[in-house]
Amino acid sequence: MGMTIVEKILAKAAGKASVKPGDVLEPEVNVAMSHENAALVINQFNEVFQGTGIEPKVWDPSRIAIIFDHRVPAESSKTATNQKKIRNFVKANGISKFHDIRSDEGGICHQILAEYGYIRPGYVVVGTDSHTTTHGAFGAFSFGIGATEMASVWSLGTILNVEVPETIKVVVNGKFKSNVYPKDLILHLIGKISAQGANFKVIEFHGEAIKNMPMSGRLVLCNMSVEAGATSGIVPGDEETSRYLKEAGVKDKIENVLPDADAKYCQIIEIDANSLEPQIALPHTVDNVKPISQVDKVKIDQIVIGSCTNGRLDDLEIAAGILKGKKVAEDTRMLIFPASWSIYKKAMKQGLLEIFSDSGAIIMNPGCGCCLGVHQGALGDGEVALSTTNRNFKGRMGNPKGEVYLCSPATAAASAVTGYITSPEKGVN
Amino acid sequence: MSKVVYIFGDDISTDAIYPGRYMATVLPTETPQFCFADYTELNKKLVSKEYPAGSVLIGGNNFGCGSSREQAASTILGHGLVVIAKNYARIFLQNAINLGLNLITCPDIEAEMGDEIELKSDKVINKTKGKEFSTIPLPAARMAIVEAGGLVPYTRKKVIEKYK
Repeated sequence: MGMTIVEKILAKAAGKASVKPGDVLEPEVNVAMSHENAALVINQFNEVFQGTGIEPKVWDPSRIAIIFDHRVPAESSKTATNQKKIRNFVKANGISKFHDIRSDEGGICHQILAEYGYIRPGYVVVGTDSHTTTHGAFGAFSFGIGATEMASVWSLGTILNVEVPETIKVVVNGKFKSNVYPKDLILHLIGKISAQGANFKVIEFHGEAIKNMPMSGRLVLCNMSVEAGATSGIVPGDEETSRYLKEAGVKDKIENVLPDADAKYCQIIEIDANSLEPQIALPHTVDNVKPISQVDKVKIDQIVIGSCTNGRLDDLEIAAGILKGKKVAEDTRMLIFPASWSIYKKAMKQGLLEIFSDSGAIIMNPGCGCCLGVHQGALGDGEVALSTTNRNFKGRMGNPKGEVYLCSPATAAASAVTGYITSPEKGVN
Repeated sequence: MSKVVYIFGDDISTDAIYPGRYMATVLPTETPQFCFADYTELNKKLVSKEYPAGSVLIGGNNFGCGSSREQAASTILGHGLVVIAKNYARIFLQNAINLGLNLITCPDIEAEMGDEIELKSDKVINKTKGKEFSTIPLPAARMAIVEAGGLVPYTRKKVIEKYK
């Protein structure tokens, strides 16, 4: 019987000829990523070795990535102390894929894994972050796990008792209208299948619109697949995957893992890209999605562009294109978080940061920032945010009495100018 | 026998269970203080130990969706709460299993505040309503981790084998 991409990856990683959904495996891990929550992983890792008489030792320091991004620079002494503990652990164990709070190597973990070329098609990638689904964009099976599970991976190099997930095939044909972006597509899909529509399943993306989509857009789709509950999103590797990885400095031969023609999918969903308009996820669930034409005139207090979802260079270029020569509306503030320092510096060279600052937007340092409400950019009681991030749960942006709407960078920029949720199609002149 | 102390709707996120702004606190001994922090009344009663261990939270569909933060499982475990929900999001469910917290999956559960609940191996009995609801057991591979007392002892055994 034919296999899907993830079935093929898991079969290989577990040393089997073939697998089917429901099989229980112990696959080997290629990359194991953590951020500040490595502090808890270290704690659990030491627990594992407690009383065994064996010196705690990670299985392979070259396969562990640790990137500081959630609270950078530290917002509290507690975080700073945790970061210090992690730094010491990194040194003691020789962990090579470590990215500290530095403008010559830092950024949001998911952007760093991508731009440093740490991921290859066919890899098994785990991360102590739910948006680890992002790296499915490279044709890898990449999923989020908890800290204790990561401690187990650090100890053994495998993930214990993994059940092979079923796969949903999503076929997106046609072309996007101008001002409709991958973010609009993934919001539409999540709205269509619901926040639990892909629970315990993988979403495999196919079709003309995916084939023509640059890596940056594929990263958006896979990043937010978890908002439909998916274990991972995945895009078959192709020339675009190879192009991106080569640009990221990858020298080794790239071998794509593609699904068999007779692979079995639990569901097939077809979407016509031409039919989409900009989408908005309304508070307080990511699946509360409406086309922008059906959204009321909502006054926005805070616009956010950035995050592991939409803080890449093309996102900033689109936003700057709309904001150039214009001002952020009075009584609206705008925060911009590039996804990495490399993006920040490119945006600086291209003059994008100047456009933003001339318009009145605040440019923040790369990091997770206000997306999860732990660090800067909190909302006041009753305030409303429109954000290119990935979650709008109650309390997400630091205040359960605030509201978060989600959209693409184009919609965010157009709305920054008017101060209300505004479709980029309507223009802002 | 235990009492139902809170009823939640669908899609209760880990941000609701353990708000992101407390994520710098990681140790299972410290996380219980922020359990459902934005549900001010519930949090107050939990922290003041008004609800004894074994008290029941009822959840809907997709309980624990969102972030991978393990604090969401350890904070519930720290209060000894029992969660009975229609179903769970994947990472939260796995985190609970890994910490040895057995979440009860009960698709047809009916309960109101204050109802007396009794747990059996294959069903939930709502004594107040005089009704029984069958539960869906964890797959054997996951149950093995719960039975080992969580993933730490489960992995420890494998580590000992590996270095033998």
